[in-house]
Amino acid sequence: MTVIRNRLALAALCVLALLVIAAVFAPLLAPDDPAKQQLLARLTPPAWEGGGSLAHPLGTDQLGRDVLSRVIYGSRVSLLVGIGAALLAGVAGAVCGLFAGFRGGWPDRILMRFADIQLAFPSLLLALAIVGFLGSGLWNVVLVLGFTGWVAYARVVRSEVLSLRTRDYVTQARATGVTDLTIMRRHLLPNVLPHLATIATLHIAAAIVAEASLSYLGLGVPKDTVTWGSMLADGQLYLGTSWWVAVFPGLALMLTSLAINITGDALRDVADPKAYRR
Amino acid sequence: MTTHAPVLEIRDLHVDFRLATGPVHAVRGVSLAAHAGETLAVVGESGSGKSATMLAALRLNPEPPCVYSGGEILLDGRDLLALPEKRLREVRGNDVAMVFQDPMTSLDPLQRVGNQVAEVLRTHRGASRAGARTEAVRALDEVGIPDPELRARQYPHELSGGLRQRVMIATALVGRPRVLIADEPTTALDVTVQRQILDLIAELRARHGMAVVLVTHDLGVVAETADRVVVMNAGRVVEHGTVAEVFETPRQQYTRDLLAATPRLEPTS
Amino acid sequence: MTTAGTKTPAMRPLLELDALSKEFTGPGATRTLAVDDVTLTVEDGETLALVGESGSGKTTLTRLLLGLLDPTAGAVRFEGHDLAALSPAEMRALRAGIQVVLQDPYSSMNPRMRVTDIVAEPLVTHDVTYRGRRSRARLRERVGELLESVGLPARLQDRYPHEFSGGQRQRVSIARSLASSPRLVVLDEPTSALDVSVQSQVLDLLAELQREHGLTYVFVSHNLAVVQRIADRVAVLRRGRVVECGETAAVLGAPRHPYTRELLAAVPRPDAYRTRTGSGASGA
Repeated sequence: MTVIRNRLALAALCVLALLVIAAVFAPLLAPDDPAKQQLLARLTPPAWEGGGSLAHPLGTDQLGRDVLSRVIYGSRVSLLVGIGAALLAGVAGAVCGLFAGFRGGWPDRILMRFADIQLAFPSLLLALAIVGFLGSGLWNVVLVLGFTGWVAYARVVRSEVLSLRTRDYVTQARATGVTDLTIMRRHLLPNVLPHLATIATLHIAAAIVAEASLSYLGLGVPKDTVTWGSMLADGQLYLGTSWWVAVFPGLALMLTSLAINITGDALRDVADPKAYRR
Repeated sequence: MTTHAPVLEIRDLHVDFRLATGPVHAVRGVSLAAHAGETLAVVGESGSGKSATMLAALRLNPEPPCVYSGGEILLDGRDLLALPEKRLREVRGNDVAMVFQDPMTSLDPLQRVGNQVAEVLRTHRGASRAGARTEAVRALDEVGIPDPELRARQYPHELSGGLRQRVMIATALVGRPRVLIADEPTTALDVTVQRQILDLIAELRARHGMAVVLVTHDLGVVAETADRVVVMNAGRVVEHGTVAEVFETPRQQYTRDLLAATPRLEPTS
Repeated sequence: MTTAGTKTPAMRPLLELDALSKEFTGPGATRTLAVDDVTLTVEDGETLALVGESGSGKTTLTRLLLGLLDPTAGAVRFEGHDLAALSPAEMRALRAGIQVVLQDPYSSMNPRMRVTDIVAEPLVTHDVTYRGRRSRARLRERVGELLESVGLPARLQDRYPHEFSGGQRQRVSIARSLASSPRLVVLDEPTSALDVSVQSQVLDLLAELQREHGLTYVFVSHNLAVVQRIADRVAVLRRGRVVECGETAAVLGAPRHPYTRELLAAVPRPDAYRTRTGSGASGA
């Protein structure tokens, strides 16, 4: 309920809700088939510009495809990649961080050195290398972005666990004979979850942008799948003459990532069960 | 002593906290007076409003949510609640100094303790760096810290709890305040260390003729150190008088309960 | 739930600490002997107080006898079993018999768990019949009984810890420690974070529960006045060693070790104002 108190967060939530609706009901909402080419109506400007028509509210691209429909369909890939990558990285990172933090010792040292090494690589470069190796494709992109993202989760969870494990209630649980797995599940995980949610929102936004970057470079999902990134890549050639081809997918990307980040901030404020707020 | 005008006098103070859950009247009409060369103990359990009262004396409660809704805090007859923030800063640490319960959280972990003591002199007296440093070492020496030259160069985590509290007292006293407010200064310490710190405060009070306001929940500490005592409960003063008066002929049931609940070492056969 | 408790001879102390030592290796291979050759016994049904200041090793000692740390030398025996010789499964089972109440009632409870689940944790851990959705009603009933036995209404079990005062939380903590019907309860400064009026109620409650359930207490404290009230015997710790141990009246009434005398002299006395001298000599 407290999220609602914050108007900005409310606006962000509305944007996200719209996005989810767009992704789920794309076939119903899109005025046109996103792949349908109408070469006679190439680069039609948006409806409110001179020469535009209501048939293509946001105009058409260089092959005469409806931009609005493509933005709507593009949300599917963005959402899938963002949530998929965050889920994958979150689960992997949380499990690694929990074990490393709680058990300590050599598994901790190995895991954290590995994380350091991975962090030393620029993540987009790493993603490029892996996509180059695995080949492009929607699920490979999810896998790659999940893999490059797990370190952030693992580090935060580990550092939280390091402080949580000396809490009296953890000592108490150990003295009671509760098994390590149960302690992690019952006492540690619920207390790191809010932190996980915060990183996840950042990561979802970052993954959506990264997917767009990969697609922009032609290394993302296959050409016949509509994504905001590939739309941007197509549109940049026409930026001087037909700005709408690149600007609308870019706008969608920016709004989405902004909305997710704002929601993440709000989530963090709400996560405290004691809810001491003015 | 008590015939003199008090150094610090609180008159009918009201302090509210306006929280999201509704207003909390933490202090409801508290009056007390601290005289030079004397220790006034303020006794109460958690939630009695004793800490809010003491923080109010330097207007240190966070505003908002805190609102000083009534009363006066007089330092030599000047009302601190009416002073602008800038003038108030001249009072804090200079005329009135405070020592808090937890020396670990009141000291800056990233600053050498000597610098923290010297900072008071540099802000209030405009002392030179070298002058403040020598003075700081002298202050550390005065509060009984062995090898003060060496200790001044150390960080808080390198000191024991007792030494840290001595540093806090040195920080409070280096500006030669006329009022020292000590809020549960020994609660976090071991008994043997507590004894040393209480003795130190009494000795410094006698030497400099300060007024000491000692906030505590421990009636044993009150009996050991205070001249007069104020008992607080639910934001009000329920009893005040000399220590002998309050301990021997408590007028309120609350005070009697508190005295009865205080664990005491009985002489064993 | 006892682990082969059948062969325990009747005369055996419930808990034995036998030449127990614990050494920690700090950064730069510096070594500190936190517990140094401690030998103590705790008889069934008695209260042994461990008294000491910070750095005395009392925290390490309690962690050793709870089996949370492994000793560097010596042994901890509970009901005759050497804790170090038990398998992890046997150790877990034995923990039902030793419970602990910690000092800070604010950090000793998971803030995200309801009181029902906090109190039920030892129950669920040691008795499989309390697990699962179908046992929920029985579990709630048992938690309600436990809360009532520590003077709290059973209906409070649906609340979260932050809705309770310090004294109430410490009662919840005590209720939890009783859930697995232990024989030994380690009380680690259970009243030192509480207001005096609440402190004395909690001490009364502990004494009552001890009579009712025949509990054995190891009571860790720095407060000699509290120790005098509750303990049968006292062990005074200093720098990891037991400097004096004996009947409470003997140790506090006629201390033999100078450190015990120093501790006793340092306790603030509520009647001190009568004997204070020179309190008017100030301001000269």
